[in-house]
Amino acid sequence: MSQEKREIVIPSQLLGDIKNIKAGRGTFVENGKIYAEVLGILNKNSNYINVTPLKGRYDPIEKDFVIGIVEEAMSSSWLVDINAAYPALLHVNEVPWDVDFGETERYLNYGDCIMAKVLQVDQEKKLQITLKDRNLYKIKGGQIINVEPSKVPRIIGKKGSMISLLKKYTKCRIFVGQNGRIWVDGDDDGIKKVINTIDMIENEALSYGLTNKIEELLKKEAKDVH
Amino acid sequence: MTITPSIKKEYLVNLAENGKRSDGRKFDEFRKISIETGVISKAEGSARVKIGNTQVISGIKMDIGEPYPDSPESGVMTTAAELIPLASPDFEAGPPREDAIELARVVDRGIRESELIEVDKLCIEPGEKVWMVFIDIHILDFDGNLFDAASLASLAALLTTNVPAERFDLGENYPLPLKEPPISCTSVKYNGVVVMDPSLDEEEIAEARLTVATDINGHLRAMQKGLNGSFSVDEIKKVIKASIDNGRKIQEQLYKSVGK
Amino acid sequence: MNDTEIKLFENGKRIDGRKPDELRKIKIEAGVLHRAEGSCYLEWGGNKVIAAVYGPREAIPRHTQNPLRAIVNARYNMAAFSVDDRKRPGPDRRSREISKVISEALENVILLERFPRASIDVNIEVLDAEAGTRCAGLTAAGVALVDAGIPMKDIPVACAAGKIENQVVLDLGKDEDNYGNADLPIAISPRTGEVLLLQMDGHLTLEEFDQALDLAIKGCHIVSDIQKKAITDKYQSVQGGTTQ
Repeated sequence: MSQEKREIVIPSQLLGDIKNIKAGRGTFVENGKIYAEVLGILNKNSNYINVTPLKGRYDPIEKDFVIGIVEEAMSSSWLVDINAAYPALLHVNEVPWDVDFGETERYLNYGDCIMAKVLQVDQEKKLQITLKDRNLYKIKGGQIINVEPSKVPRIIGKKGSMISLLKKYTKCRIFVGQNGRIWVDGDDDGIKKVINTIDMIENEALSYGLTNKIEELLKKEAKDVH
Repeated sequence: MTITPSIKKEYLVNLAENGKRSDGRKFDEFRKISIETGVISKAEGSARVKIGNTQVISGIKMDIGEPYPDSPESGVMTTAAELIPLASPDFEAGPPREDAIELARVVDRGIRESELIEVDKLCIEPGEKVWMVFIDIHILDFDGNLFDAASLASLAALLTTNVPAERFDLGENYPLPLKEPPISCTSVKYNGVVVMDPSLDEEEIAEARLTVATDINGHLRAMQKGLNGSFSVDEIKKVIKASIDNGRKIQEQLYKSVGK
Repeated sequence: MNDTEIKLFENGKRIDGRKPDELRKIKIEAGVLHRAEGSCYLEWGGNKVIAAVYGPREAIPRHTQNPLRAIVNARYNMAAFSVDDRKRPGPDRRSREISKVISEALENVILLERFPRASIDVNIEVLDAEAGTRCAGLTAAGVALVDAGIPMKDIPVACAAGKIENQVVLDLGKDEDNYGNADLPIAISPRTGEVLLLQMDGHLTLEEFDQALDLAIKGCHIVSDIQKKAITDKYQSVQGGTTQ
């Protein structure tokens, strides 16, 4: 297993020189020098320096799958909270139903949860989402867990390894939104286990060998029940 | 405004139908309470209380002033609460709105009606000069159940308050004369289920709220029902009993924290 | 600013025993609140402040939105119990002025263009006051902003210098603030040395000003190291585990 160096950097920390390397996400350049602009993890390879933020709201990227909560139903669109700096717009043209003008409330209302996809992020950071895709729909049942968006890759794991483990041992349906919202459905105990395990992953996200540790724990709990 | 997803409400309601709460507590169980006194050096008395993640600081300041005309030989007590924007994304800056005012008045009533502060011992010159006790409650982190956290912080602060006589050349400082503290316990009702010490999630879906302040003898000193739902008489009696039981436990913890 | 019995200097030492260029004791802790997106608790001498950051989020009311960048709303507030004579709750003119100069200092280092139409709300509460609350507040706000994941080009830090009995000193304490001759709080961007906040009242000759500014800047750098350590302490401990 490759030992990625997990160095934490803070804003204004000097990372390199543009003469030798390119400045990527999470950095800024001043007088030819590259600095970190955010609290995060340093990723340095031979071409780029990036900093992955450890904290902060979701930064929407087109094609990301997200879990949204409807804030407002307007005459031909809805305003949806996706844990970003701004609410996203869902237009009636972007849903699988035939919605008449002014009839939006019949389909989606304040507080409804949806699995959506980020359609567009324009220059002014105006966001649009869509429900027109396989696997996108209005959510029924289950519970929503909130985590730091930066921890989502860890919860999914390399090639989905962590999330598969969770699904296997808790027999729950789990959907992880890139925006730090996770939907879980199953029996009470299963849901509880998922919540607790995700809590642990959040707290130890940066430690090595976490996947193995979680697997051992889940295996042990399953044995204890029998 | 933070929106509560509707499935969260369904989830909590379903759990409740099976006798459970989302954090595993029993219906009449409080979260972990921590009490720390003497946290503000400028205040005559102060305390920081945490119930779960809810965090409140209460500071007591004292000054000399005129008594109320209808009680010329009694000290004066006032309570103010600030729901500062620090504590929640939904708290706005500005003059206190009704929630802050209700919070302050309910805490105030619990303290006043239990005669916790012996105001007749706070007279300096009848009709002219009395001690004034200012209770200021600052919410730092809102995660459900402000009433109990605010009340407990104020009690702990009062129990460790010293009257600043020296500053006014009135002799040596001495502990604020107090009687037994009343303990406040708050419950909320959602979908026919009543739970004590509501977490933030539970407060967000609460239809009705009941705060009961009881004293060391298990007697009632103050009550307040809030929100626009309702309670049955039976539910109210159950809440009172649970409040008396929890009140006793919390009072023990309170006394321990102030060194009694 | 009046003649009193208090001697602010005795045998080259100040009332609290400090040397002229010595800071009061400072303790900083990042990420102390549950609801806030970023937070910081800071003790500086007898000061106790707590700062919390929410955002970036859509600025409301809408007419305050700037279509090109985020706005910073810093709100400095003193708790009623934080001072000797109880302060009536609510912002007074002094608090509003301090809020403004702190907002402006923070706007300089935050990468505002990333978030058009948004606001970054910074709340600073002074729980216990002992001279230099605005410097303590801004310093705490800097840490809270980092803790919230706000992109910045530097972590702002503040410190004050002043003059007591014709001697320029660093970081005025309570009595020195009341009975001294001048007070100069500043905030800088430690990476570049640029001054983001500067206020002065009292009486300083040009030479004394140079000394005071120099001293305050040195103080800022010392405090900046403490800020950075508080942040790395909080997040390094999250790393846990070693190689298996």
